[in-house]
Amino acid sequence: MTQPARGVRRSYGVKAAPYGFLLPAAVLFVLFFALPIGYAIRLSFHKIEIKGLGLGKGAKSEVFAGLENYTSALTDPEFTAGALRVLGYGALVVPVMLGLALLFALLLDSERVRARSFARLAIFLPYAVPGVIAAVLWGFLYLPDVSPFHFLLDRLGLPRPDLMDGGPLYLAMANIAVWGGTGFNMIVIYTALRSLPAEIYEAAKLDGCSEFQIALRVKIPMVAPSLVLTFFFSVIATLQVFNEPTTLRPLTNGIPSTWSPLMKVYNDAFTGGNIHAASATAVILALATFVLSFALLRASNRRTAQGAGR
Amino acid sequence: MTGLTSPAPRTTAPAAGPTPGAAQGPPPAADAGTRGPRRTALLPTAALVLGALYCLLPVAWVLVAATKPGDALFSTFTFLPGTGLGDNVTDLTAYRDGIYWRWMLNSVLYAGLGAVLSTAVSALAGYALAVYRFPGREAFFNVMLTGVLMPPVILAIPQYLLLAEAGLTGTYASVLLPLILSPYGVYLGRVYAEAAIPMELVEAGRMDGAGEWRIFLRIALPMLSPGLVTIFLFQFVAIWNNFLLPFIMLGDDEKFPMTVGLFTLLKQGASQPALYTLVITGALLAIAPLIALFLVIQRFWSLDLLSGAVKS
Repeated sequence: MTQPARGVRRSYGVKAAPYGFLLPAAVLFVLFFALPIGYAIRLSFHKIEIKGLGLGKGAKSEVFAGLENYTSALTDPEFTAGALRVLGYGALVVPVMLGLALLFALLLDSERVRARSFARLAIFLPYAVPGVIAAVLWGFLYLPDVSPFHFLLDRLGLPRPDLMDGGPLYLAMANIAVWGGTGFNMIVIYTALRSLPAEIYEAAKLDGCSEFQIALRVKIPMVAPSLVLTFFFSVIATLQVFNEPTTLRPLTNGIPSTWSPLMKVYNDAFTGGNIHAASATAVILALATFVLSFALLRASNRRTAQGAGR
Repeated sequence: MTGLTSPAPRTTAPAAGPTPGAAQGPPPAADAGTRGPRRTALLPTAALVLGALYCLLPVAWVLVAATKPGDALFSTFTFLPGTGLGDNVTDLTAYRDGIYWRWMLNSVLYAGLGAVLSTAVSALAGYALAVYRFPGREAFFNVMLTGVLMPPVILAIPQYLLLAEAGLTGTYASVLLPLILSPYGVYLGRVYAEAAIPMELVEAGRMDGAGEWRIFLRIALPMLSPGLVTIFLFQFVAIWNNFLLPFIMLGDDEKFPMTVGLFTLLKQGASQPALYTLVITGALLAIAPLIALFLVIQRFWSLDLLSGAVKS
C-alpha cells in the first residue's frame, strides 16, 4: 500500500503531495457540499416561533422543533401528491428513455445499419440543449395553434387534446425528458459495447447466432454494468425534476407550483419563506435518493460480482 | 462503487470490426461503396433514422419559427418558414438595450471560467487519487461520489443561506463558486489518470530529482489532456445548462445567464405574446453555439470519452 521509504526528505514530499493535490477539492467539498448539508439538517430540526421573514435573517427566534417539520412534510397532501406525480412520471421516463438508448446503441453497433454517424450525432444533439430551452421548444410545439400534431389531428377531423393538462401532461413532460436524455445514455451504453472484444461475436457467429440473437444473448448481458449505471443516474435525475415543469408553467394552467417535490421545496423556501419546512422536505428527498441508490448499487454489485472496488 | 469504475480496467482493443468509420465522414455514402459483402438492414436503419429525426424535430422547428414575423407564429403552418429572421434578431437586440447579449455573455463567463476551474480541480484530485497510495484515499473518493447523489435543490437552499450570510448572494461568485467542484469530474479525472499515466514515468521523474508538483505539471498534465478536454466540455455544458442555482442566487437580471433570462422572458410572454417571438429567436441563438461546438469538435474528439472510455 504505502510507498517504500526512499530517503527521508523525498519520502516526506511524496507523502504530503497527494493531500496537497486534493486540497482544492476538499476545501470546496467542505464549503459547498458538507457545510450546506449539515446546515440543511440543522434547519430541518428547528422552526421559527414567531412567524417572521425567513431567508437567513429571522434566525434569532429559532427553536428546536424535533421531528415536527418531518411529520408535517410527510402528511402534507401537496408533498405526497407531488411525490406520486414524479413516480408516475419516472415510471414513464426511465424505461422508455433507457429502452431507446439501448436500442439505438445496439443499432449503432451493428455493421449492417446505415447512417450511423449521422444518427449518433443527431440523437446526441439534445444533450447540448439546456433543459429550460428544451422545455421552451417542446412547450411551443404542444400549443394547439403551433403544434404540427394538432394540425394533423385537425386535418383528420379528430378532436385536439390539451397536451398540457391532466393525463397527457405526463406524456408531454416525459417526452421532454426522453428527448433530452436518450443521447447521453446511448453514448454510455455504446461505449461499453465498443469496448467488448470482437472475438466474442466471432464465436457466437460460428455457433450460428443471428445478429439479433447476438444482441440479445451476448451484447446486452455484457453491457449490464453500464445499463445499471445509466438506470441509476436516470432515476436520480428523474427524482430531481425541476427545470422542465417550471419552464412550462407560464404556458399552461395545468401545472401547479408544487408539481414535483423539488418545486415544492423551492416554493416553501423562497415563495413561502419557510426554510425550515423546506429543509425537512429536502432532507427526506435526499434520504430517499440515498436509500434508492444504495439498494440499486447493492443489487447490481451482487449481480455483476466484479470483485472489490479499486 | 464498482459499477462506476467498470469501463476503465478492460483493455480497449478498439473493437476493430463493428465501427471503424463511426467518428467521421458523411454517413451513408462513405460506407456504401467500400464494404460490399453485407446488405443494409432496412428496418433497423429506418428505426435509427427515425430516432435521429425525432431528436432533430424541435431544433428544426425553432430554426423555422425564428424566421417568422410576430403574428405569423400562431397563424401559419408550423414548418412554413418566414422571412423575418433578421428583423427578429434586431428586435431581440433592441429589447431592453440588448440585455439578451448580456445574458449570453454571462453564460459564456459562468460556463467558461467555471469549467476551467472545475477542470483544474478535477485534474489535481483525479491525479492524486490515481497515482498515490495514501491513507484515506478510498474514503475521500467515496465521500466525494456521494455528492453526485445530492439533489441540487437540497444543496441550493443552504448554499443560498450560507452565501447570504457571507454577503455573496446576487454576485457572479454565488453562481460560480458552488459549481467548481464536480464529483463526476473528479471521477473522470481519476479514470483518465489511471489509464493514461504509467507509474514508471512518475518513478523516473522522481529518480531525476523532480518534485511531485513538477512531475504533475510536466509529465502528467500533457498525458491527461484529452481527458481534461472532456471534463472541460462536460462541465461547460453542465454550467451552461444550469438553471436552478442562478435562478435562486440572482435577483438582478443584469447578471442572469441565458437560461434564467429566457425563462423570465417567457414568463412575461404570458401577458405579452409579442415577446414569444423574442423567446423563440433567443432560444435558437442560445443553442446554436453549443451545437456548432459539438459539430466542430467531434472531428477530433470522441463522444465516448464522456462516459469514461479511454482509448489507447
